[in-house]
Amino acid sequence: MSRVLRQALALCVLCLGVAGAGAGERIRLNTDCPPGFELSAGHCELRSLYQRYASLQDAGVGGLKTGLPDYRDGFSPRQIDLGRYLFFDPLLSADGDVSCASCHQPDRGFADGRGRSVGHDGQLGTRSAPSLWNVAFQQRLFWDARSGSLEQQMQGPLYDPVEMANTPAQLLASLNGVDTYRRLFAEAFPDSYEPAQGITLEQIYRAIAAFESSLVSLNSRYDQYAHGYADALTAREKEGLNIFRSFVARCAECHTPPLFTNQQVAVIGTPEPEGMAFDPGAEVLGESSQRGGFKVPSLRNIALTAPYMHSGRFATLREAAEFYTLGRGHAVPEGEELKIHWHIWEPQLSDSELDRLVDFMNTLTDERFKPREPALLPSGLAPAHRTTARGGELASGEQNNE
Amino acid sequence: MNKLVLVIGAAALLAGGFYVGKSQQAAPTVIKVDSQPKAAFSSGGAEEVAAAGSGAVRAWETPTTGALVVVKDGESIQEAVAAAEPGTVIKVMPGTYKETVYIDKDNITLSGVIEAGRYPVLEGEGVRNDAILYSGNGVTIENFTITHYKGNGVMGQAGNNFIIRNNIVVDTGVYGIFPQLGKNGIVSHNILSGIEDAAIYVGMSENVDVVHNEVFESVAGIEIENSRKALVENNYVYNNTGGILAFITPGLPIKTCGDVIIRNNFVVNNNHENFAIPGSLVSNIPQGTGMIVMACDDVVIEGNIVSGNESMGIAFTDFALASSAATDPDSEPNPNRPVILNNIMHGNGTSPAPAVRAILAAMLETRGPDIVDTVGMDDGCILNPERFRTIGLDKYGECDFDTTMNVASYTLPERVPPRNKEHLETGKLVYYGICAGCHAYNSRMIGPPAQIVQALYMDDPEGIAAYAAEPVKKREDYPEMPPQSHLSDEELMAAAEFMLRLDK
Repeated sequence: MSRVLRQALALCVLCLGVAGAGAGERIRLNTDCPPGFELSAGHCELRSLYQRYASLQDAGVGGLKTGLPDYRDGFSPRQIDLGRYLFFDPLLSADGDVSCASCHQPDRGFADGRGRSVGHDGQLGTRSAPSLWNVAFQQRLFWDARSGSLEQQMQGPLYDPVEMANTPAQLLASLNGVDTYRRLFAEAFPDSYEPAQGITLEQIYRAIAAFESSLVSLNSRYDQYAHGYADALTAREKEGLNIFRSFVARCAECHTPPLFTNQQVAVIGTPEPEGMAFDPGAEVLGESSQRGGFKVPSLRNIALTAPYMHSGRFATLREAAEFYTLGRGHAVPEGEELKIHWHIWEPQLSDSELDRLVDFMNTLTDERFKPREPALLPSGLAPAHRTTARGGELASGEQNNE
Repeated sequence: MNKLVLVIGAAALLAGGFYVGKSQQAAPTVIKVDSQPKAAFSSGGAEEVAAAGSGAVRAWETPTTGALVVVKDGESIQEAVAAAEPGTVIKVMPGTYKETVYIDKDNITLSGVIEAGRYPVLEGEGVRNDAILYSGNGVTIENFTITHYKGNGVMGQAGNNFIIRNNIVVDTGVYGIFPQLGKNGIVSHNILSGIEDAAIYVGMSENVDVVHNEVFESVAGIEIENSRKALVENNYVYNNTGGILAFITPGLPIKTCGDVIIRNNFVVNNNHENFAIPGSLVSNIPQGTGMIVMACDDVVIEGNIVSGNESMGIAFTDFALASSAATDPDSEPNPNRPVILNNIMHGNGTSPAPAVRAILAAMLETRGPDIVDTVGMDDGCILNPERFRTIGLDKYGECDFDTTMNVASYTLPERVPPRNKEHLETGKLVYYGICAGCHAYNSRMIGPPAQIVQALYMDDPEGIAAYAAEPVKKREDYPEMPPQSHLSDEELMAAAEFMLRLDK
């Protein structure tokens, strides 16, 4: 389908959505906070058993009963719900073919099950979509940690020609062209919305950040164990926990509880899929010693988000775990001089230890607060994220997991 | 020491700003008598400890309820820990215990019984990872012999108020004793040797005393890393590659190191060959180093005997020593405000490691220094500098205090509270954090609205708590509730009471 034709179709659907009017009018923003939040003076405040605990220098890293890192909350229920509609609405992309949810699918752990993500016009990106679970706790965003806020981060995919390929002007024009969105923004932003001005970029970014910040997953079986219920984990899973935090495997040194990330950039030297150029990672920020460095990802809901690593080289958790025991720097391409992290060493984990590590990582799954997908979008467009095909079964990490 | 280490060591010293031709020109010795008393030492840690009230030094213990469990040779320590309530004292009889013990609950005392010199031995046989892991707040681990583990002897992950004392840790893995991310702890009277990284390693912690330990034949004796408010005192540290270290390691989530007192230690003959794991930071330590302060701020070195360390006595440096790791723009690399009070320094630098010797040769020197500052800090101070052979201390002034002995400890006089004071309402946290996944106030979610539950259980929170622990299917139009027995009775009751009070 040509780009022109698709744009025409998108606009046509848009026209129907506006002209038909009936559908959008039924949309009402939720005035309750999502689960996990208490409504307090009009704002949704996070509540978790982890708030009972302290952490050293409030850094939010430690052991089982350790407090959380800094997080984003305090959005209104309507802002969060408006963000939910925006998140699923392909109107946010250039041609109405991609939504945020295309690469961050609720049923795939808010990732997309692909090695590298597919964006506008079927284009293949260079990295794997990270999960959005617990993104409210992330101080830095993107695999290379180049962004410091959700509002700044989302402008990457929105306007990247390979991702949603939109422009700020077209985004504003599209949303302001929908009566229902103007009504919903006015409700969600009663203090800042001005009818003459219409919807602003800041309001769009804030609403999406509000929704993303509501994706909290802190009720896994591991968490039950951490809060004191010893029977929450099986003997094998506890064995896995002890390997995970042992100073032989050293997983917990970087994937540190309670978020299972210390939020630092680490150079570990994972291989790219065959045929893909070496990704310099955080080096682009100007620090040459961080060549090949990537942000340590959280392992929460990790069982839902195969394949693994920044370009999806590993199809399974077992393969991902095995990487760490195959030798320090074993996969660094010839000619690359990387400052491999000191915790990457030769722990010589046995097959059964690798199996136990996988058992333990499987206990970090919790989708209890997964939000509902809107049945109807204000734009009148059909949700796009279910039509993005997954590239078959993940079997091996060596080829591209597309 | 392998060639790579030598090259890195040389690079470290070169990058530290030496320039050829600069020799150790001592100023004429000034003979004088102080007419004014020196100022009293103060620091953030000293103020925090003083503000916490007076009390005997390091006098608190792990709280006990009086419950006692005795583990005998042939039994499992871990089974006793698993069955123990907080406040239990677990006594372990002499014998050999081949297991990993993990303590994920509060206030457990794990105490060996020593009979006529026979200890309970935790035996890793070269196949087990760590001997003792703990994450609970309030743990005592004492009177054990720990040997032949691959990882650590004792490793803490975030437990506060820890006491690790009177243990013998020999030939075991990476770190001997490694409390990490904890506040308020004591590491005392342990004997450690044969550790391939730091024998005692205090990582990302606060308010820790490392006192009265004997540490030898390890790569690093005692290491204080990315920690604040640490006192290292009265330790006997000999024949390691490097004796005592105070480091910032770049790339960790806690970015600073500071307020460290290294006092009254014997730091003697630390000339052991470096047998560290390749790639580890301590693999860069030149053989024959008494102390290294890397990037750590406000380190006070007082009253130590530093002798016979063949490369150098004390070195202050920046991340040049960590050049094998990626740098961290969020960690400041200089060892700011170094303080060197009176120390006894003797016989250091007599046979410098080749890398150090190469640097010295360029300065027409053959002997390593007592004290070197590779950065050339201009905010440092030293007492009686004329007594020592120094390099890079030209900009050091005279210290305005001459002792830190007014600080008896950097541990707090009382245990730090185990809970966050801002969020004490358990019922609210359980309700919103867990129950609200299925129950809203007045709308249908997965389970019925709280309003309906309120109507059914008006004055009966016990009823809600009992049902939630063991639900049965009640409503045709709702799925059966999953049991919430992972919550304690107190948590269930608190949540039930909160649910009954809910009005929005």
